[in-house]
Amino acid sequence: MTRGARRRGRPRQKAGGSAAACTLDWKVKPCGNNLAMPSPPLEIHDMTVAYHRKPVLWDIDLVLPERSLVGVVGPNGAGKSTLLKAVLGLVPLASGRVEIYGQPYARQRHLVGYVPQRESVDWDFPVTARDVVLMGTYGRLGWIRRPGAAERRLAEACLRQVGMEAFADRQIRQLSGGQQQRVFLARALAQDARIYFMDEPFAGVDAATEQAIVRLLQALREEGKTAVVVHHDIQTVAEYFDHAILLNMRLIACGPVATVLTRENLHKAYGGKLTLLDEAAEAVRRGARP
Amino acid sequence: MSYLTWVVLLGTSLLGAVAGVLGCFAVLRRRALAGDVVSHAALPGLCLAFLLLGRREFWSMLLGALATGIAGIGLATFVSRGTRTKEDAALGIVLSTFFGAGVVLSSIIQNRVGGGAKAGLETYIYGQAAGMVRADVIWIAVLSAGVLVLVLLLYKELKLLSFDPEFAQVQGWPTLWLDLALMGVLALVTVTGLPVVGVILMAAMLILPAAAARFWTERLGPMLLLAGLMGAVPGMVGTLLSAGVVTRWLGFDPLAFGPNPSNLPTGPLIVLCGTALFVVSALAAPRRGAISRALAALRLRLATARENLLRSLYELSEPAVRQRPAMRLDELLAARAWRTWQARWLVRWAIWRGWVEPAGSGIRLTPLGLEQARQLVRVHRLWERFLIERADIAPDHVDRDADTLEHLLGPEVVEELQRRMESPLAADAVPQSPHDIPRTAPPGPAQP
Repeated sequence: MTRGARRRGRPRQKAGGSAAACTLDWKVKPCGNNLAMPSPPLEIHDMTVAYHRKPVLWDIDLVLPERSLVGVVGPNGAGKSTLLKAVLGLVPLASGRVEIYGQPYARQRHLVGYVPQRESVDWDFPVTARDVVLMGTYGRLGWIRRPGAAERRLAEACLRQVGMEAFADRQIRQLSGGQQQRVFLARALAQDARIYFMDEPFAGVDAATEQAIVRLLQALREEGKTAVVVHHDIQTVAEYFDHAILLNMRLIACGPVATVLTRENLHKAYGGKLTLLDEAAEAVRRGARP
Repeated sequence: MSYLTWVVLLGTSLLGAVAGVLGCFAVLRRRALAGDVVSHAALPGLCLAFLLLGRREFWSMLLGALATGIAGIGLATFVSRGTRTKEDAALGIVLSTFFGAGVVLSSIIQNRVGGGAKAGLETYIYGQAAGMVRADVIWIAVLSAGVLVLVLLLYKELKLLSFDPEFAQVQGWPTLWLDLALMGVLALVTVTGLPVVGVILMAAMLILPAAAARFWTERLGPMLLLAGLMGAVPGMVGTLLSAGVVTRWLGFDPLAFGPNPSNLPTGPLIVLCGTALFVVSALAAPRRGAISRALAALRLRLATARENLLRSLYELSEPAVRQRPAMRLDELLAARAWRTWQARWLVRWAIWRGWVEPAGSGIRLTPLGLEQARQLVRVHRLWERFLIERADIAPDHVDRDADTLEHLLGPEVVEELQRRMESPLAADAVPQSPHDIPRTAPPGPAQP
């Protein structure tokens, strides 16, 4: 079923665009939970992004199902981070359209949580871990209002969820890389979103943080939320995520991990690095995922 | 103090405070040089305003300075975005170009007005605080109050914008407008400060207090407060020094070389006072200051040296360690990569602290030293065993790795370690070394 078909009842197939037009097995959940919205968490239509007139992403089309953990994978320079930034309006779209729960992003900010790359900020900034987490609540607070007792309690809970409550009053430079990453995750949690976008949260973190992130992702899915995570390591995609988006400037494939990370698809995305591909395909075949 | 001095004092200290507070955001937002560009680029604006009106008039001069100052920032942004020139290079180009144009214009004015009638524009280059009048100070006070209210109201927004503008944008804050507002207020404060400290030195009023305040605190709120203070105090001190008030208090001129009164300009004195505060902060601040960091490094080195000495004495006298046999210095030197003078110094220090005592031609552990050495050796060997069991490090490599770890970790970690071992030890027991005790030093740099 193509994207759009379900929403508008008009099947649309791009001529020759079978690789780009991609659909996930999005099933409408019965209204057992309170998230009975008919629109999928993320829909991207014909999106093209260019930096300095040089296209970085071409013709991306995809729909993500509710309650999915989605790994965004692809070689360096494939446009993984750019995909996230384009969805979040941080880089302009050359063409195309993005919808989050059926509405343009600008109207759905309150449903979105964001974990930027760790290197994107100055960790010497004079704030504590708690201050950073509180920033997650700023969007809801609006102009001028300061975070109050309720926000502080929320921040505390978010810090606890990532196992950082003991470090709440540390200046953020005095944290290890993994701890800094967990502070960023806690800040996203404080946004109290329904769909989370994370840019390389697993990059360069310790084992404890890696486990904390995996547990967090699973907890999010249990709560009926969706996470889209840029991930650099194909070996662990099957372990951490149930869906994958495979990119290399174009969309190679997206859907359940096992159908995306086939040898053929990986070859399309990565070219000739076959040993790596074989290992990854093997890992998927072994079914690292229950 | 004369009424005039009070006016100037109030003006310079208020200006210092407001520049200090705003400077924090400029520095944290990595726009520290923007103030410098605004102040240099304001000079041609001042000249143009004078040329148009033919006299110095407060508001038109302010407006002219603001116009070209902001144009300078805009041009720098345009140059760096449009021509692939790096941002700092673009700022440098614009800054000097506008300043050059300003100097040329002021010379033209000088020539046109004639030698006798001074336009007084050169005072803008170095500043002339003594020229401040009541109206100037009222304006500075109004501006300071406005900026203070703005920072109080938008504290949260400015904090987020300075720390993580991308996240702010994702949350829907109009980061571009916030940035422009911040730059606008910064430009306004800069331009207001020009007659006081001058085009060249105004940037220091923005940057110095923020940079100095950062040394003393790890929180943004206290940093803003401190920066305000560290802007106001140099403003005051500089004014008092320049106006000769300090001379009257002390009975002599502290800055005079020779018999003549010093008569120094206010702006540079303010900036130098700010620099003095910065230097003191950079050296003496707890934790971030250079002195405290050097002391911390020294403490770690001393602790490491003590542990190595005690452990060597213990291990070299095993298994007869209970008898506390004497050890010659050259035996110690052979086992450790110490220089002779380091070892001698270390032994003297250890004797003074009561860990070792002279015995015959060498030294031996005191009972106190023996007990401490026992603990150290136990920890070291626990580490070694842990590394062998868990980290798959070869027994003959484990000594060094354990060495680097054990000096940095506290006793709680060690007890945790001991609980996690496959074969836990009785509390207090010293395990066997998993490798031979080296009697000769490994090659490598000397480590006291």
